Amino acid sequence: MRDARTMVAEMASERNRLVIDTCLLAGRIMIESGSEMYRVEDTITRIARNAGIDNSVVYTTPTGLFFSIKGAAVSELRQITSRTINLEKVQQVNTLSRQFADKKISLRKLHDTLEHIDQNTLSFPIWLQWIAAMVVSAMMMILFVGVYDWADFVITGIIGGCGFLANYYINIWTRVKFLSELIASLIVGTLAVLAVRFHLGLDMNNVLIGGIMPLVPGVPLTNSLRDMFAGHLLTGSMRALEAILTACAIGAGIGLVFRIFF
Amino acid sequence: MTIWMELVVQTAFSYIGTIAFAIMINIPRRALNACGICGMMGWLTFWLLYRVGSGRMVANVLGSLILGIMGLYFARKKKMPAILFNIPGIVPLVPGATAYQAVYEMVLGSVNKAIIYSVRILLVAGGIAVGFMLTSLLSEIMTKIRQHRMTIK
Repeated sequence: MRDARTMVAEMASERNRLVIDTCLLAGRIMIESGSEMYRVEDTITRIARNAGIDNSVVYTTPTGLFFSIKGAAVSELRQITSRTINLEKVQQVNTLSRQFADKKISLRKLHDTLEHIDQNTLSFPIWLQWIAAMVVSAMMMILFVGVYDWADFVITGIIGGCGFLANYYINIWTRVKFLSELIASLIVGTLAVLAVRFHLGLDMNNVLIGGIMPLVPGVPLTNSLRDMFAGHLLTGSMRALEAILTACAIGAGIGLVFRIFF
Repeated sequence: MTIWMELVVQTAFSYIGTIAFAIMINIPRRALNACGICGMMGWLTFWLLYRVGSGRMVANVLGSLILGIMGLYFARKKKMPAILFNIPGIVPLVPGATAYQAVYEMVLGSVNKAIIYSVRILLVAGGIAVGFMLTSLLSEIMTKIRQHRMTIK
């Protein structure tokens, strides 16, 4: 009799553990991929509720997240070390959560698929991203400058692509994100100065504005303000700080170029 | 360049530029076209308002408001999170060029100008965020109205 009762309790705690692990995994993937915090908390609470835990508590920050069940002596946390923007992952976690809510997949399947998403990221091939970076640089230069500077169109694209590639490959070697951004903006600045010296480009300011477009943290900055307005003060200020540090790294790179060449 | 030619260039470039940025941050393939349309609408709103002299802030707030509404529409239609359409869409609006100018002036030693540009960056980013807040307010009101109608029926 007693054995049976402990077995039931063990099975329940086993399931709880799986639920907690699944929720934390989903939350970690979403935060790492740059989702909004309210969506992360909402998704975790939904998964927990659909798995039969109504009284879950979740606390999220950009560097770690906590999950616990009210009244039960369980609470776990996960650390978050990398923060990028990869919206394909956000979309996939969202779809899985919907499928789980509709009872199309089991909890175990959800957990395994989340692990699969975490490790095997579907992403566009690097050459396509490189071309995209070139296009972004050239197009945004024309939009931002406002004077239709067609002479610098092509060279801006090429330099922006070089900056993106430098950032990508240095990021593989070093864990320090700001270092790769510094070096990438240094390369962009040097190339822009050289291009103008050798008469491949006309206006260095325009070339630089376009060239650093794939690197500048405009989107994280705006998102951090959105987080803050939505009431997530901690997330908002942390993400704003990260964006400001990135901007400083890029500024330092460009500044060094100015100091060296002028 | 005539105004129509400019309009064509601005439309095409904001559409293609947004899609290119969407590829850089790995948007699902079937959302790419919608992203481009969102970014284009947001930028065109900003650009036209700015051209008629509304000032930076109003143009940014209304641009991101239109962008957010388009994002909500596509999110309902394609059953995807709205953030997928908003994040690439704000790329033409975000103050990248101003950020560069602020750094440039700071490096050259003209701190006064650098501070002016930095304040402008904050104001523009805040304006975009306010536009999105208005969007979420709008979506909440719509949901409330829909629920209200459901309960009456």
